[in-house]
Amino acid sequence: MKIKALNKHTKSNLITYGMVILAYLVMEIFMKAGMVSSLLEGLLVPLCTYVILAVSLNLVVGISGELSLGHAGFMCVGAFASAFFSNYTKEAITVGGLRFFLAILIGAAAAALFGFLIGIPVLRLRGDYLAIVTLAFGEIIKNVINVIFLGHDSRGFHISFKDAFSMNMEPDGEVLINGPQGITGTPHDSSFLIGIILILITLFIVINMVNSRTGRAIMAIRDNRIAAESVGINITKYKLLAFTVSASLAGVAGVLYAHNLSTLAAQPKNFGYNMSIMILVFVVLGGIGNIRGSIIAAVVLTLLPELLRSLNDYRMLMYAVVLIATMIFTSSPGGQAFRERYSLKELFGRKNEKKEA
Amino acid sequence: MMGFISYLVNGISLGSVYAIIALGYTMVYGIAKMLNFAHGDVIMVGGFVVFTTMSGAGLPPLISILISMLACTALGVLIERIAYKPLRGASKLAVLITAIGVSYFLQNMALLIFGSNTKSFTSVVNMEPISLADGAIIISGETIVTVLTCIVIMVALTSFIKYSKSGRAMLAVSEDSGAAQLMGVNVNATIALTFAIGSALAAIAGVLLCSSYPALTPYTGAMPGIKAFVAAVFGGIGSIPGAFIGGILLGIIEILGKAYISSQLADAIVFAVLIIVLLVKPTGLLGKQIQEKV
Repeated sequence: MKIKALNKHTKSNLITYGMVILAYLVMEIFMKAGMVSSLLEGLLVPLCTYVILAVSLNLVVGISGELSLGHAGFMCVGAFASAFFSNYTKEAITVGGLRFFLAILIGAAAAALFGFLIGIPVLRLRGDYLAIVTLAFGEIIKNVINVIFLGHDSRGFHISFKDAFSMNMEPDGEVLINGPQGITGTPHDSSFLIGIILILITLFIVINMVNSRTGRAIMAIRDNRIAAESVGINITKYKLLAFTVSASLAGVAGVLYAHNLSTLAAQPKNFGYNMSIMILVFVVLGGIGNIRGSIIAAVVLTLLPELLRSLNDYRMLMYAVVLIATMIFTSSPGGQAFRERYSLKELFGRKNEKKEA
Repeated sequence: MMGFISYLVNGISLGSVYAIIALGYTMVYGIAKMLNFAHGDVIMVGGFVVFTTMSGAGLPPLISILISMLACTALGVLIERIAYKPLRGASKLAVLITAIGVSYFLQNMALLIFGSNTKSFTSVVNMEPISLADGAIIISGETIVTVLTCIVIMVALTSFIKYSKSGRAMLAVSEDSGAAQLMGVNVNATIALTFAIGSALAAIAGVLLCSSYPALTPYTGAMPGIKAFVAAVFGGIGSIPGAFIGGILLGIIEILGKAYISSQLADAIVFAVLIIVLLVKPTGLLGKQIQEKV
């Protein structure tokens, strides 16, 4: 009774939250019943990471309308900042929950700072130029992290951009960031439950932002920059806000990712442009600007290669074919005409229209 | 000083390869207004075709390069036909994701056929290196062939576009495809031709790249592809002289950065220079300023 009184937006948002909680409960029940393979269980935290990344990127690509190819860079910043913090305070803060909470805040803040600093120059550009510059920044972050050596001993912190030896540390010193080898020994603080909570927080932030005055201003800029400017919307401020919030949420995803692994190293596979592109694929396949779509696409596309495991060597090939076919089917003028002609509504006639809707 | 000159020569050689790849990128962008992310993987296919025909079947280098160019041309036209043509008129992002799908497809196809271990590529160039200044500077045969090929391609392509009928059709389509169609230009055929030329150039670039850096894997094309894309943007995407200048400059910056600053940071330096250039000139060195209409 009460649900009917809510407006369309609220209802749709509640469905999104409900979906995530339901997915969590179902997975928990399956895990208790022992019906989940260890492979899938290991995939749960990365899955949460991808969902957060996809939702946060949707804020830039879908709501703000800018093509960003450097999302993995912000994830990288969040991951390294938080892993460094957790490793450094491993002895000082023994309460795992408190330490992880602080790590999340630090990861989010570090990524937000980078998002802000990178956003200032980047958001002056348009379209494909913006895309390539974000890609460039992502690659720079990955490359620079690979040459940072940071250690700590009784005399304080030491930093070098050459190798661990040239830091001149005392014998009691400990190398915290070891260049290409990255950070080892990060406490394993991430769990599926925390991942789900972080997804819900991300959703809360993004959905509320989209439905607020701020969100409407951002969408107005996306739809017509000049018209938005002429009614007094501060373009730089709102674009930068969307970009920074998105970067900071990507940083949170990075924290989750880093605390799920014992060794964190910046490689092309996890923080390179391939990762950024993969997140973009989630966003586009889920429907640009559609938050719920991003979640579903992230989950389906992460599980798809696993479901196709029986095809062995052919699975990534099938993944590529599915990707191309989906894009042609959903986005091409021909595919859209086909869908209209053979849509369920048409096939079942008008009688069942209410059920379909 | 001698060291600097030999680094410079190496840079121009690498830059020539980038320039040839960037030409393909920029032509496709100018005409189809899409970022063809699969272009880098066509390079890899070109490399593998030469590898199989030359090392496997024992054909002479020139013939295997010709076969590779034909194969890549066919592949380029086929990709355009199957994956990109249905999406004409769709959103830019949809086309971008499809191109990424094609890129995954080509990489994994190569992975299935050739496996993931690195193949060592035999150089197609059989030429004595030239030594200058009493052997202080040695220029390899690959470098000479690469630079010469790049110049020949550049001149041939510019005159093709300027003087031939199909070349002018390409210009017309890139300027305004709707108006070109009204003037009787076959837009679809022109786009297919652009993909054909771009892919043939990618095959040449693949052979030259693998001759200078003889390690061939299914992922060989990905990073040079991205770099060439950067080169194309650097010079102003859509502009053919821009792609040439951007490619050469990028190669020089990369090699000098590797030599004098840090080999691990060479890529970061390349990207940083791109960012600086774009912040000063938002449409690249030779790009057209787009007028915004209200």
